[in-house]
Amino acid sequence: MHASHANSAAPHAGHYYVPQPSLYPVFLSGGMFLLALGFILLMNKFAPGPWVMAGGSAVIIFVLFKWFGAVIAENQRGAYTDWEDKSFRQGMVWFIGSEVMFFAAFFGALFYCRNISVPALAHMDPAFTLYKDFTAAWPTAGPKGAPFTPMGAWGIPAINTALLLSSGVTLTFAHWGLMKGSRSQLNLGLILTVLLGVIFLGFQAYEYHHAYTEMGLTMGAGVYGATFFMLTGFHGFHVTLGAIMLAVVTGRCLAGHFDAKRHFAFEAVAWYWHFVDVVWLLLFVVVYWL
Amino acid sequence: MNTASHALDHHDGHHPAGLLRWLTTTNHKDIGTMYLTFSLLMFFVGGAMILGVRAELFQPGLQLMKPEFFNQLIGVHALVMIFAALMPAATGFANWMIPLMIGAPDMALPRLNNWGFWLLPPAALLLTMPFFLALFGIGDGAVATGWTLYAPLSVQGGIGVDFAIFSIHILGISSIMGSINIIATILNMRAPGMTLMKMPLFCWGWLVTAVLLIITLPVLAGGVTMLLTDRHFDTHFFNAAGGGDPILFQHLFWFFGHPEVYILLLPVWGLMPHVLSTFTRKPIYGHTAQVWSFIAIGVLGLIVWAHHFLTSGLPVPALLYFMYSTMSISLPLAVLFFCWIATMWRGAMSFETPMLFALGFIVLFGIAGLTGLVLADVAADAQYHHSYFVVAHFHYALFAGGIMGVMTGVYYWLPKWTGHMYSEKLGKLHFWLTVISFNFTFMPQFFLGLAGMPRRIPDYALQFAEFNAISTVGAFALGLSQLIFAYNVWRCVKGGDKATDRVWEGTEGLEWELSSPPPHHSWETQPVIKAG
Repeated sequence: MHASHANSAAPHAGHYYVPQPSLYPVFLSGGMFLLALGFILLMNKFAPGPWVMAGGSAVIIFVLFKWFGAVIAENQRGAYTDWEDKSFRQGMVWFIGSEVMFFAAFFGALFYCRNISVPALAHMDPAFTLYKDFTAAWPTAGPKGAPFTPMGAWGIPAINTALLLSSGVTLTFAHWGLMKGSRSQLNLGLILTVLLGVIFLGFQAYEYHHAYTEMGLTMGAGVYGATFFMLTGFHGFHVTLGAIMLAVVTGRCLAGHFDAKRHFAFEAVAWYWHFVDVVWLLLFVVVYWL
Repeated sequence: MNTASHALDHHDGHHPAGLLRWLTTTNHKDIGTMYLTFSLLMFFVGGAMILGVRAELFQPGLQLMKPEFFNQLIGVHALVMIFAALMPAATGFANWMIPLMIGAPDMALPRLNNWGFWLLPPAALLLTMPFFLALFGIGDGAVATGWTLYAPLSVQGGIGVDFAIFSIHILGISSIMGSINIIATILNMRAPGMTLMKMPLFCWGWLVTAVLLIITLPVLAGGVTMLLTDRHFDTHFFNAAGGGDPILFQHLFWFFGHPEVYILLLPVWGLMPHVLSTFTRKPIYGHTAQVWSFIAIGVLGLIVWAHHFLTSGLPVPALLYFMYSTMSISLPLAVLFFCWIATMWRGAMSFETPMLFALGFIVLFGIAGLTGLVLADVAADAQYHHSYFVVAHFHYALFAGGIMGVMTGVYYWLPKWTGHMYSEKLGKLHFWLTVISFNFTFMPQFFLGLAGMPRRIPDYALQFAEFNAISTVGAFALGLSQLIFAYNVWRCVKGGDKATDRVWEGTEGLEWELSSPPPHHSWETQPVIKAG
């Protein structure tokens, strides 16, 4: 392989932006350490747990404000060119890829329990099984679970599906506004999207409350309860994160950031939101409906 | 970009010094150095733990420690060696070498790069601090389930399991951030003209590794999250009373755990052809074939996980599938072996330390591959499962394959990094002591396993005494030999004969065109790769 340095006209003629040394990453790691340590102490009933967690969370939130603030400031003064932009885009795509696999673990657990472990438990040799009268049916709380009412698909979950799908539409509407230079359309679309996300979360909270207080559907309701709450819970957590990110992007739009050519943050959050949307559709079909 | 901000962003003279330099750095070489230093440190921590285990196993009966503590040592040894020694070493190589090899000024996401490293010390602390907390009456020590954390043992385990779960979460975030950065760097920062198929094999090995990490680590994170909720939040993922299944944990764990083997080895396989080509003064044989072998091993590695629990009562069709798919990995792996041999064929060979380690790697890693075929056989595995045969097999893969591969890379690149030559005499001494004591340690374990000695047991029947004694003597010799390595590295960092820019006579590649050590920003102006 031969390299030549001589006045080459490389397509990336500029230099790549390497940020100044920064303390944010170390502090973020420290905050995460405290958060994890506090949570472990809390779960094992040591008194300082919640305080350590609170300290860790405060550090994390502070650092996120500062770090993202620094990135936005660098962006606003034009530190990034198309070359850096491409790195950010690739970074976000692969990050969402890792999130897909995180959800895949929980969907995998659901399929495994429904199609493998529950039928296997029901078809054991009666002479050897602990659970003689257990029959394979879904949903189930397992051989030793307490009775519960499963969550139907066509009430709140169907409304939530409509809400999230519409939020995808309003987000695209905002994107079109940005592309053709209509700031009012951009802002309106974004605000609607955040609102739809927040209403979704409100319904979800109501549904959880209902499940716990009236349906006997809890985390402890066997594999149905476990997969139901872990899948919808992690999804809800991601909607929350997405709504916060959308709110930040909305604030930046109101402050006049972004134009038709340069709006990586907008697009990254939009990808994330659509990803959360797709996860919900899968959830709706395999957790609530089928 | 305007010139004012250019000047602001890009002055080399005002970087913080001392500890603050290392805490805040966004430079790929500084971060690579931190990864490698951390890795060396944790290599000795993990090594000290297993010497405790080997000391206990020197004779039958319980002499030094309680079985509970023995169990803690083996599990934390494995987690430390895998996550805190081997993986950071490979990431350190990636940080140092990928920008140099592809003609980039730095990694694509430098601040994220710093975060990826600085997540490691807190994670290592979380993993090991229960040992110390137990001294103050908090909890009953570190995770005692073995590194595999199988349910239901891990559901019932003490506070150490919680620490291990969160340590794994943080280590996972670190690896995913590192992988995202490496992929973005490789896809976006290559010098003009360097097509993917012209890219050096080390970068290819890491590209496949990074994709595997992004696919598998989140599944482990999900699995240990279910473990956490089973422990503390009343879920029944791994509990039959609620319709769950402990075997589900094994599926989730090994969906990550098997590709993890290739995650540990692919960077080393990527580096081998460079070393072999340099010291035989011949071009790499089969560049394209090796690229496709990496990809094939990566893909196959994702669909063979259940061979780690063939004795758990899987249905026969599943057993057959996992047996044959596992064995099929030997095809692309054989392609790699033949390419290594063909690269050396009729070359003008010389035997500097990196070459010695590379040759030792090929022979010993070959033993790992062949014994792996034995274990993949369903009928044979019923006998060998959970025996010392398995322990010996994966140490041939991960010590002789992984660690000796890392040492190959360290000796090969150290002069480039430091600008000094290491001591060849000490390097050769280190090699021979390592290879001999390694085989003393692990060869007897094959026989122990064949004779039926189970792993993870602090006491054993008298018939196993001789081989255990030999293995323990070998382990201490192996551990002590590594002090020579640490001394040689330290000596080389401090000074020594000046290294030339090319360092070795037969080198090829962009990384050798920069000075030794390279300038602060590696390729300020990107080189252009000519066609051909």
